[in-house]
This record gives sequence, C-alpha cells and structure tokens, in this order.
Amino acid sequence: MSDAVIIASDLRKQFDNFVAVDGIDFEVRPGESFGFLGPNGAGKTSTMRMIGCVSPITSGSLTVFGLDPNVDGSEIRSRMGVVPQSDQLDPELTVAENLLIYGRYFDISRSECRRRTVELLDFVQLSDRANDQVDPLSGGMKRRLTIARSLINEPELLLLDEPTTGLDPQARHVLWDRLYRLKQRGVTLVLTTHYMDEAEQLCDRLVVMDEGRIAAEGSPRNLIDRYSTREVLELRFAIGENDANAATLEGIGERCELLPDRILIYDDDGEEALGEVHRRGVDPVASLVRRSSLEDVFLRLTGRALVD
Amino acid sequence: MTSRAIALRIVPVELLAARRPQRMVERSVMFYRHAWLILVSGFFEPLLYLLSVQVGFSSLIGEVTYDGVSYDYAEFVAPALMAAAAMNGAIFDATGNVFEKLRHSKLYDTVLATPMTASDVALGEIMGAVTRGSLYSIAFVITMWAMGLVGSPLIVLAVPACVLIGFAFASVGMAFTTYMRSWSDLEYINAVTLPLLLFSATFYPLSAYGGWSWIVYFSPLYHGVVIVRGCNLGVLEWSMLGNMAVLLGLSWVGLRFTARRIDGLLLT
Amino acid sequence: MSTPTAVRVWENHLLRYRKIWGSHLLGAFVQPVLYLVGMGLGVGALVDRSTDSIVLLDGITYFEFLAPALLATTAMMSGGQTSLWEVADGFIWSHRYVAMASTPLRPREIADGLALWHTTRIALAVTAVAGVLALFDETRTWGLLVAIPAAVLTGLAFALPISAWSSTRKNGSSFPAVIRFALIPMFLFGGAFFPIDQLPEWLQPVAYVTPLWHGIELCRGAVIPSVDAGPVAVHVAVLLAYAVVGLLACRATFAKALRP
Repeated sequence: MSDAVIIASDLRKQFDNFVAVDGIDFEVRPGESFGFLGPNGAGKTSTMRMIGCVSPITSGSLTVFGLDPNVDGSEIRSRMGVVPQSDQLDPELTVAENLLIYGRYFDISRSECRRRTVELLDFVQLSDRANDQVDPLSGGMKRRLTIARSLINEPELLLLDEPTTGLDPQARHVLWDRLYRLKQRGVTLVLTTHYMDEAEQLCDRLVVMDEGRIAAEGSPRNLIDRYSTREVLELRFAIGENDANAATLEGIGERCELLPDRILIYDDDGEEALGEVHRRGVDPVASLVRRSSLEDVFLRLTGRALVD
Repeated sequence: MTSRAIALRIVPVELLAARRPQRMVERSVMFYRHAWLILVSGFFEPLLYLLSVQVGFSSLIGEVTYDGVSYDYAEFVAPALMAAAAMNGAIFDATGNVFEKLRHSKLYDTVLATPMTASDVALGEIMGAVTRGSLYSIAFVITMWAMGLVGSPLIVLAVPACVLIGFAFASVGMAFTTYMRSWSDLEYINAVTLPLLLFSATFYPLSAYGGWSWIVYFSPLYHGVVIVRGCNLGVLEWSMLGNMAVLLGLSWVGLRFTARRIDGLLLT
Repeated sequence: MSTPTAVRVWENHLLRYRKIWGSHLLGAFVQPVLYLVGMGLGVGALVDRSTDSIVLLDGITYFEFLAPALLATTAMMSGGQTSLWEVADGFIWSHRYVAMASTPLRPREIADGLALWHTTRIALAVTAVAGVLALFDETRTWGLLVAIPAAVLTGLAFALPISAWSSTRKNGSSFPAVIRFALIPMFLFGGAFFPIDQLPEWLQPVAYVTPLWHGIELCRGAVIPSVDAGPVAVHVAVLLAYAVVGLLACRATFAKALRP
C-alpha cells in the first residue's frame, strides 16, 4: 500500500463526444509540489475537478487520501483546499465574511472560524481590507483571498488551478512566496499552469499534458535535460524570409524548430551556433542566446508552442 | 418498516444526502445583516398592493359576498394578497437570486468544493427563501392588523399557511431555475405569476368566474388563497386539508425535480 | 444623401432588438391583456355593481375607466425598463456606446439615436395594446389613434430622463429600486386603477406632478368620448417638458460619459 496522497490510474473523463482526459496515470506524494503543465484544453482543469470530487470519473481509478471520491467525496473535501481558476469569491459578502462562512461550510465553530480568519488575513497580507467588499480588490488581492479561503480548514492538500494567470509580475511573486511558505509547512500542493517559469519555480515534479494525455513526467530540470539542449539560439528574420534561411541553417546545432515568427536552434553552446550562422553568411534581424526552458520541452514533445 | 425506510419512500432519495443545509441560510443571514435595506424593501411591493386595495378599490366596490356572508372588500382581498406575496417572494428568491449564484457568482461551485453537497445547496436555498418569506408574512399580518383588516384571531394560522405556499413555490421555482439559460428566461416566471395573481380568486370570489371556475382549481395559488382567506375570516373547513395537500404535492414534485437536476448541473 | 447620424444609431438598436423582439412584445402585450381581463372585467363586475362607483367613475364602467389607462402604463413600463439596464449596458458592460463614440458619431447623436429608438420601441408596445382594445366594443373608437401618440409621449417622458440618469451609474444595483419605488407605485396609484381623488389629500399633488397621470388623462379622454380630458394643452406641455428636458439631459450626460 502506497502512502501517496493521490493515485490515478488509467483515469478518463468524457463529456458527451469529447474526451477531456484520456487515460492518465500519476501519483502525488505527501509534502511534494506537483504540477500539471499544458496549454488550454489539455485536460488539466478536468483532472483537478475529478481530484476535487466535483466531477465524477468516467473510467479508470482515482483515490485521494486512500478514499474513493465517488463514495467519500465529502470526507475527502473536508481535508483539502481548492483555489479555482476564477476565484469565485462571494461578491455579496465582505473579505472577512468570505472566510468566515467558508469555514462554516466545513462545520468549523464560529469562534474558531473567527480566529483562523484573523490569522489567514494576516498571512495573505489583507488584514487592513477585512471589512471591505470583495469587488474593488485588485486581481492579486482576490487571488490571495482565495488562497486564504482555501486554507480555512487547515488542509493537507491544496489544489490550485492556474494560480497566477492574469496577474501582473509583482503580484505573481508575492503569491509564489506565500505558496512556497505553505510548502515549507508540509502542505501538499497540486497545481496546473501554462506558465513555464511558474512550473519551474513551484513544482518539485510535474507532468506535461497535451490533448488529455500525459506526454512526459519528471522534475523541471530533469525534463529539460531529457528533452532539450542546455542552450537555445533564437533567430528572427524579416517577414517572409524564414523558410529560405532555414534551408541554409540546416545542420547547425542538434535540432532546429521553425516557428512562424522565429527559428530556434538547439545547441549546448548557443554562442558557438550563432558564430556558425554568421559564417554561413546568414544575417538575422535579431538573435538571442538563452537557457532551455520547459517551453522548449513542450515544443519538442508536441510540436506546438505552449502559449499561443 | 424502519423510520428510515419510510423516509426513503417519501423524501426524494437525493435529499437524504443533505448534511448541513442550514449553512446556506447562515450565509444569507450574513449577507442581509449589511443589506437589511434589500430585505426591508422586499416588503414594499406587497404593502403597496395592500394600500391600493384599501385606498382605491374598497370605496369603488364596498362590500363583497363570500360564502353567503358579506365582507368589507379590503378585508376580503387582504389575505389573498398575503398568499400572493408569499408566492412572489419565494419564486423571486428561488429563481433570479438562485440563477445569479448558480451561473454568475458561481457560489454553488464554491460551496461544493467543501464537504457540503448539492442537496445541501438545494434544500438550503429553499429553506432560505421560505425563511425570508415568513418574515414578510409576519410583517403582513401586523400591517393588516394596523389597517384594521384582521377579521379573526385565526389569522395567526395564516403565517404557517404562507410557509407552505412559500415552500411549494420556492421548490417549483428552483426546479425551473435549473432549466434557465439566460436572464430573459425570467420573463416566463412573470408570464406565470401574473395570471396566477389575477386569476386565483384573489380579487373576487370564485363565483364571479361563472362556468369557468373549474380552471381556477388548477392554480396552486388559489389553494393557498382559500386557506389564508379562511384564516382571516375565521372560517376553517375540512376541505382546506385538500387545499393543503395540493400545496404539499407541489412542494414534493418541485423538490424531487430540483434534487435530481442539481446534481447533474453542478457535478459535471 | 447620407443617412442621418441618429438613424444610424437607431439601426444599431434595431439590429440588437431583432433577437429579443419576441419576448419584449409578449411581455409588453400579454401583461396589459391580463390586467384588462383580470381587473377590467373581473373586478369591473364588482365595481359596476356598487352604486358609489357611478359617482366616483363619472358614470363610465370600470372597464372603460381602466382600459385606455393601460396604454399609458404600458408606455411607462416599456420606456422605464428599457432605459435602465439596456442603457447602462452600453456604458459599463458591453461598452456599445463607448465603441460608437470612437467612430465619427458624436455623443449627442448617440443620445438622439437612443431617443429615436425609445420612440420606436414604446410605439410597438403601445400599438399592440391598442390592437387589443380595438377588440372590445367599449374601446373600439377612432380615439385610439389619438391615444397612441399620447401614450408614446408618456413613455418618452419616462424613458428619456431615466436614460440620462442610468448613463451616469457605475453599476446596476440601484435599478430595481427605480422599478420598485417609482414605477410600481405610479402604476398602482397614478390614476390607472382608481381615480386619484381617492388618494389622501396630501398625495394628490404628487400624482399631478407625475407624467403618468397626465398620460392617463389624455388616453382616457381620447378613447372614451364621454370623458373630459381636462386641460389637454397642459397635459401635453407637461409630458413634452419631461421628454425634452430628458433628451437634453441625455445629450449632456452622454457627452460627459463618452468625452470626459
């Protein structure tokens, strides 16, 4: 018997004629931070909803805390926190009331709800907004409030669906910091994202999802090592000259990707590759050498860019 | 037969999954604590109707004969308006307000991420609508008394009668809401409640309908009106058990539909 | 010759209306019919039996009293409702007017186009009700043709000032209050269902100030030959004043919202 928090095997979710999740296997271990990386429509949210026991599975098997979501949905939900993609705060209540009533849904006593509300508002730096309405809060504040709400029942497992989508860079860093602290406390995090940097920042381990299937699994570093080179050379050309130049560039680096707006050359030494480009008499409008990222892993695995 | 087995036969199975529906009422209380004006203003419309009858129609009509006895017109219509107010309040809460939370603020999705179940949501929201309606019913009785329209002390029984009316219409309204696609569908609600208001022997005795009076029996509101009016005029009859049965039946059908639909709607 | 600007704005409204005309007309039409049958005939039977009512209603039947007034109340409800959420929608949700203002259209032309549209929509609703009145012997008179423009003017006396106000709102939270605290009280007490001299003395001047009462008097006078509408010029002047001031206010608030 495994001590995994979540075990899924051959998990499928089908809506009428559309297969959202097409037989996936994964395990999430206690205390780890696990990510689902993939573009919109890859099946990440459907998977999260099944784990959250608000979406019956079509076939395969899924256990959370060793329990069956079909039978023990309420019991499972009482031990986890959920941060949905669209916050879903209660617009008719104040900031503090949002936390209070949410705690009551878990049957936590009123006095305990009040105590935790004060503590959590402090944790997400919203204490001074406690009695404000929810609507005027900024996107980042709403997100933080949603995270505070998901923690009211002191969950062992936290599900975060695209936690920083739509936030500005500063708000994202504040949020990452808070999530990092939770992880330090031993909370198991499961999150979905289509941001590479987020996955690299937050996840110990992740699976790359595409069209309802898992394309690869591993730590961010491990995936990059496995599916990409150390560096990438990006070249931009004048409009319409991509194809012609691509032919000339053939053979440089380990691999070459032709994108609509640029050409990517994969090589462990980007500068060296750029030298070769110049030697062949090709003169790009712009060039950039960078380290490989999960974006490149995804491109390699699916032949498509992650954010389009 | 155990009591649970009996309960299973009577109550829609899905509703037995309810654990803490009262939390939905608790949430409403929290909301109305700082939105008490909205709560109070909900009583304004029934009050206006009552006033218009007292000020306008009473002197135009004078007295009306009901069951062979002559009554002051306002005293005759007031209890019917009370029943109609219970219907309107419950329907409004269970349709527009519930639709907003179902489709826009996604409140129910949020609630379902906790140990609460879809049955908690359905039953809890109906309980909330009924609670709110009961407050209005009590206010209505007090207003009638202040205006001198109370004909019998039995009027206190009209409050539980209005709870039953509220429950029936809230559960049917909620079942309808699960089929609503957009706000404009609310027009259908008005298209049903206005005729019910006008043609449930509300403003004139059943006898005024002549040969058409059998149609009025199909109006659920009519059965509520009969009970509440009986309470105010101090005339209770055994046949009112039949009227109650109609409202109970309606509540049961509405609950059954709602419980069945809401699972599939929220848990996809 | 190019299409006048306000007409172009009107076309935009018409385009959107094509999707909802069914439910609008149904709502605008069925409601008055229900009141006509439920109150006019039903309550009417009780009213006409009472001897007091002959004096109170100046010798006409309750049906004759109520039916023409429904033209004015329909106009008020139709004009009032479409100038709340729909107008605010153009500014704060769909930003339709904001988009229009980024074309060569000027704010005052957008306001004029809206006024033209209100006129169309109210006229549709009122004509539908007039069609129903034409079915009944008591109200089948040529006066209906006079009552239609009178009712449309009544509708505009509500629609235009309310539109000006709606365009300054940041959200729709106060809109239900307008219906509940302004339109419904007028509907019930404005002289449609019973004569306003039954209201308490202090309340009667309030009724004289509302556009609805003037509209009802005009419609009733036009449709029922034996009813004296009173100072017709005053009624028309009051309604015109509301409508014109409302239009000017619309132009001003639209300009303020769209060209701050």
